[in-house]
Amino acid sequence: MSETSLQQSFESESQPTESSGEALTVEQAIANLTHEDLSLRYYAAWWLGKFAKGEPEVVDALIAVLEDEADRTELGGYPLRRNAVRALGKLADDRAVPGLLGCLDCPDYYVREAAAQSLGMLGDRTCIPVLMSWLEGGVAAVQLFPGRPHLTQPAEAAMETLEALKVTEAVPLIEPFLQHSLDRVRHGAARALYVLTQDPVYGERLVQELGNSDLKMRRMILLDMGASGYLSGAEAIAQASVENSFKVMALKSLLENHLKQQLEAVLVSPSTERVMNLLDSLL
Amino acid sequence: MTHSACASDLIFAIEQAATPASLVVAVQALAEARLEAGIPTLISALGYNNPEAAVIAVQGLVELGEAAVQPLIERLDDYNYGARAYSFRALAAIADPQALDVLINAAETDFAPSVRRAATKGIGQLHWSQLPDEQRQAAQDRALQSLLALAQHPDWDIRYAAVVGLQALASSGEATEVELAARILAQFNHIAQTDADLAVRARAEMAQQQLNALSNQLAAIG
Repeated sequence: MSETSLQQSFESESQPTESSGEALTVEQAIANLTHEDLSLRYYAAWWLGKFAKGEPEVVDALIAVLEDEADRTELGGYPLRRNAVRALGKLADDRAVPGLLGCLDCPDYYVREAAAQSLGMLGDRTCIPVLMSWLEGGVAAVQLFPGRPHLTQPAEAAMETLEALKVTEAVPLIEPFLQHSLDRVRHGAARALYVLTQDPVYGERLVQELGNSDLKMRRMILLDMGASGYLSGAEAIAQASVENSFKVMALKSLLENHLKQQLEAVLVSPSTERVMNLLDSLL
Repeated sequence: MTHSACASDLIFAIEQAATPASLVVAVQALAEARLEAGIPTLISALGYNNPEAAVIAVQGLVELGEAAVQPLIERLDDYNYGARAYSFRALAAIADPQALDVLINAAETDFAPSVRRAATKGIGQLHWSQLPDEQRQAAQDRALQSLLALAQHPDWDIRYAAVVGLQALASSGEATEVELAARILAQFNHIAQTDADLAVRARAEMAQQQLNALSNQLAAIG
């Protein structure tokens, strides 16, 4: 579970009401993507991902921005491209796939990470070999990039997307990451492995990780457990030393992921009743 | 030692607690003593940002029951939604119908989801039989109207809590309240078919099944 999605989930508690964005229109936002003020371009790309509905002209304008060279950080990053990549994932138009595939080779780590996530959201399978190559060499090869807060490759995004695309061939490549020194990488690996194999061993790995002494980390594990659909973890979620709002969100996600994995449309069974009773007790 | 002296010692221990762990021990001691004089201090403990102590204080307040209801209502912390959520969990668990107005108000207007969830669930599970006969019907109607509206809330967790509250309301009734139960069952049927969130649909279906089982049992006895 990435830090950003965690913050988004928790915002609802700390920020009373979110208005429906700045007073931009789709036309203005598209125009702003080439505005001379770079900060307006950056904001427009974010805004389109949040408020546009996938209009063809929006998608075209964002695809064009994937080649942007104007907006650079001191370290050589491409902020505008990052936002455009994220927006294209949300807008769900397959025409973005070739451009996003190109971004998997971008020198900017955050562009590569966002591209992997967006391609996963679009259900694209051609990205699979590149994502698997990011995991090759295992823990020894994928370490923190010297002097930066991120790894040499976006391994977490790769695992998350391989999980979403149900790439069971990736299991042997992901398995070594259960031993990674970074907590969040281990959690991502355990979650992906559970989803791909349904082997309770991996679900129990997440339960064990709940013993983590860092509250922020425990919150993220709860969300990973919910996303995994590992139903036997429900009691551990309910008892975790984390705010109720996180437990409620995690149990909901657990219940729904379990229901979606089922073939028959049976909403109530002894095991889903157990999860709902726990949810009731946390309201 | 008199009760009041004992209470002041226990309260003093809470005020002097220097670590989170010693606070938990001190709150536990006051909660277990079940002293009405300790109620304001237990309520204060809901706002110390110590979840373990807060859960123990809620339990202590719930065991004190009706005596804690007015103090809880008067001391709702408008500036700390964490503390407020614990207060509403306590009010919901004590289930004294005097709390109906504050529960409805919080469920409908509080900005914090944790507060709204606790209050919404609480609306449905009040002990209606504690009200005089002539007030009971009107109070249950208000609870029903409020919960039916909350069952349309944009946030899934409030709709889920409304289903939990409606189920409690439907199962609280005496045999005369068949009409109330029938109306709630119809609403569950609608939610189970149409809600945007699978979790809410599942909860409505579970409520339907449990209510039907309950009425079959009653029919078998009757």
